[in-house]
Amino acid sequence: MMKARPITRYTTLGLFGLLVCGLGIMFTGFDLSGVLAAEYAPAPKLTAADYPTIAGVNSRVAVWIFAQLHLWFAAFVLAVPIFVFIIEVIGMRTRDKRYDDMAYEFIKVAITAYSLTAILGGALLFSLILFYPHLFNYLAVIFSESMFYYALLFFAESAVLYIYYYGWHWLQGGFRKWVHLTLGLTLNAVGTTLMLLANAWLTFMMSPAGVDGAGVFSGDAWAAIHNFLWNPINIHRFVANIAYGGSIVGAYAAFKFLTAGSKEARAHYDWMGYNANFIAICALLPLPFAGYYLAAEIYAYSQQMGITLMGGIFAWLFIIQAVLIGTLFLSANYYLWCGMGRSDGAKRYTKYIKYIAIVLVGAFLVWFTPHTLVLSNAELKALGGPHHKILGPLGIMPAKNTAVNVMIIFTALSFMFYRRANKIATVNWVNAGNAFQVALFTAGIINIMFLGIYHGYFTNTVYKVAASIPQVLTTVVVIVGSITLDSFIYKNAREVAPLHWGRIPGRAQYALFLLAVAFTWLMGLMGYIRSGIRQHWHVVDIMRDNSTEAFTPTLGYAANVVSVAAIIFMAMVIFVFWIAQVSSNKTLPAGYWKA
Amino acid sequence: MKIPRLLQAVLVLAGVYFGFVLVFDVILDAVIPSSLLAMYMFFVVAGVFMVFTYDEDQTRELVAPIKAMVEDPSKRMWRNIVFVIVPLAAGGGTYLQMQPSFEAPVELRTIHPAPPSTAKIYGKRVNLLKLENPFRKIEKTDPEQFRALVNEGAGIYIENCQFCHGDKLDGKGPYADGLNPTPLNFQDIGTIAQLQESYLFWRITTGGPGLPKEAAPWISSMPVWQNFLEEEEVWKVILFLYDYTGHEPRSWGHE
Ligand code: HEC
Repeated sequence: MMKARPITRYTTLGLFGLLVCGLGIMFTGFDLSGVLAAEYAPAPKLTAADYPTIAGVNSRVAVWIFAQLHLWFAAFVLAVPIFVFIIEVIGMRTRDKRYDDMAYEFIKVAITAYSLTAILGGALLFSLILFYPHLFNYLAVIFSESMFYYALLFFAESAVLYIYYYGWHWLQGGFRKWVHLTLGLTLNAVGTTLMLLANAWLTFMMSPAGVDGAGVFSGDAWAAIHNFLWNPINIHRFVANIAYGGSIVGAYAAFKFLTAGSKEARAHYDWMGYNANFIAICALLPLPFAGYYLAAEIYAYSQQMGITLMGGIFAWLFIIQAVLIGTLFLSANYYLWCGMGRSDGAKRYTKYIKYIAIVLVGAFLVWFTPHTLVLSNAELKALGGPHHKILGPLGIMPAKNTAVNVMIIFTALSFMFYRRANKIATVNWVNAGNAFQVALFTAGIINIMFLGIYHGYFTNTVYKVAASIPQVLTTVVVIVGSITLDSFIYKNAREVAPLHWGRIPGRAQYALFLLAVAFTWLMGLMGYIRSGIRQHWHVVDIMRDNSTEAFTPTLGYAANVVSVAAIIFMAMVIFVFWIAQVSSNKTLPAGYWKA
Repeated sequence: MKIPRLLQAVLVLAGVYFGFVLVFDVILDAVIPSSLLAMYMFFVVAGVFMVFTYDEDQTRELVAPIKAMVEDPSKRMWRNIVFVIVPLAAGGGTYLQMQPSFEAPVELRTIHPAPPSTAKIYGKRVNLLKLENPFRKIEKTDPEQFRALVNEGAGIYIENCQFCHGDKLDGKGPYADGLNPTPLNFQDIGTIAQLQESYLFWRITTGGPGLPKEAAPWISSMPVWQNFLEEEEVWKVILFLYDYTGHEPRSWGHE
């Protein structure tokens, strides 16, 4: 192993030390906030004239689209370093270079996206200042410090990211690898802090804290940051970003797979796509719970917001959301099933797939059955009212929680079948082990159904909400338990035949695309809802939006804006994919340069 | 004889479709809304597609008849027939869909619109976010007096509400058949069991005319009870509604 030259070692250490200092200053900086007691003005009461009109641009749509594009890219570039770091660690532990190469390739895609993130963030900032100067001003006073540190952190993020990426091949082996990994960890710490700060600003607009009823800031910056919905959003975004990042790099791998010329390249990108899908699924499984927690907290913060969100005008977007989430689950499963073609032993398990599919689709139908049905007059008469005695109960949360837990458990089952497909266990207690697993799954599903039906329909709302927790725990126990057991059963297992990476139909790659597209769209729509439940408020109950655009647009209009933004984003992503490979293209112009 | 896979897929789809119709419309006597059935079938088709195509060989088998129909010279006759029928069927379907009918357009009515944060009730501005039932705390401290209040609420209910909401609180009062939207069924877990008491207070006191914009069209026959009942009477009725149905008002155990 090569020894690091002392000089480089010290420079890296020095750089790293600087960073730590920077971070330290930043954190102590927060404490200063209380000292700076100043007079703060109440939230301004605006009139339509306070909102500039510029070049006939629809200010709301402009800010909306820039914010959305920025968020998509930011989610992606924050998420990729998280799993790149994990993959790098796996590579370091297993000393399997393929992991290192894959991690590098992932970060390569993120690096182009990074500058786009920054550009779009700038565009968002500009459009906010230009179109909503008073709102921006109000927020900037309250969050002056966090905005300042945000800017500083952004520099730190860029610096670390560039060293991490461009130093990848330089910082290899032994001590240098450790330095590189430390950089990776720092990158993630900085990135996550950035996200947390930005989350504070937007959750403040939903559940303001640290201000009085007139919007006069108390001077306590931490109170404003640590508002009611901050942590629920933090958790939800953190998990969702990872799933989203996984799905985007999955689309990248699919793109490369479909355009690959050689068998080796196909095998490589198949493997990469598989791993990306794996990351996306891992983060997707806990995501419904994070979402449920967020929604429950929104309800708890304000019944009005909660009902607007799930029972009122936005309820139909929630149905679209349910449909898209189901699509995510279905395409992730489909990808796994197609992937079984890579192994020769899969035939033993494929006969179960149709049952998994039946359960998944069944649970999915329950999951998106709306609470308010769209009925024609004839149907209304036949039913004797808008209430449907069978479908009505499927429209409320307990049914949906039950359905989603079942979907998650069966997705895990698909995954276990996939893992087993190419292996034959050699331990002598295989049958007992399998029987135990069957029992675990059966008991788990029965428990989930029981909790859902009993607590959901025969007790009051407090238990209804509470019942979702043991349901989740059951799901976790089943998944963790059976996967742990599996790892023992398949210890020293025989392989049926080497896995044939690359032996997967093109259809499966389209499932990966679908995953990325569905995810993008979903984030856009749900992001709109999250922001839209503020209705005609900039800052709920404190600063009213009096612009001409303050109304809540129709669902169709909102969906169109989000869809247009999603298409723009997809075009930019394709550009990113393309640019990531351009650097390896070489043209040798004959006779161009003098000899 | 082995059924060709394409036919299998079609049979499965038809089976599921008619299964839904049979179970809901015939056996359970609760029609399945066509809008919902369409959504269901879309994903059933997706599921069937997934199961029939994840394997390369099986996919080939599935599409073989279609491929043969398009490419095989000996299937010329079939090809011509199919190529005429498919566009015609698509055109016909579109025509039927777009054809104007006498059916009133479908309404997407929000049954539980979001309440405003404040409302003018009994001449005062009430903050609905903070409003609580003044009698609820007696439930624990003085169960006997609580009983008495519930009974008073029952009396008020029978005098005023049961004509529409029914003497079993199931939404089937004597007037119910003539009303659209129908009076709500309080036994159903989808109504008061999901709501806080402040929400009920708001809905009862302001009635149909008090519904916000999103609950348009304003055709609800629910009366404006603040014109007929005292504030305390409304709270007592609310106690009764929950007591009789056995539901608990929505609350948050945020200790
Ligand atoms: C003329 C018929 C009529 C009478 C009398 C009547 N209601 Fe209603 N009520 C309705 C209708 C119709 C609705 C449903 C409106 C809708 O769907 O928006 C309703 C809705 C409600 C709701 C809202 C429930 C929910 O889940 O949102 C409550 C609570 C309610 N009524 C309570 C009462 C009480 C208490 C009384 C007696 C004091 C009463 N109603 C008397 C017709 C009536």
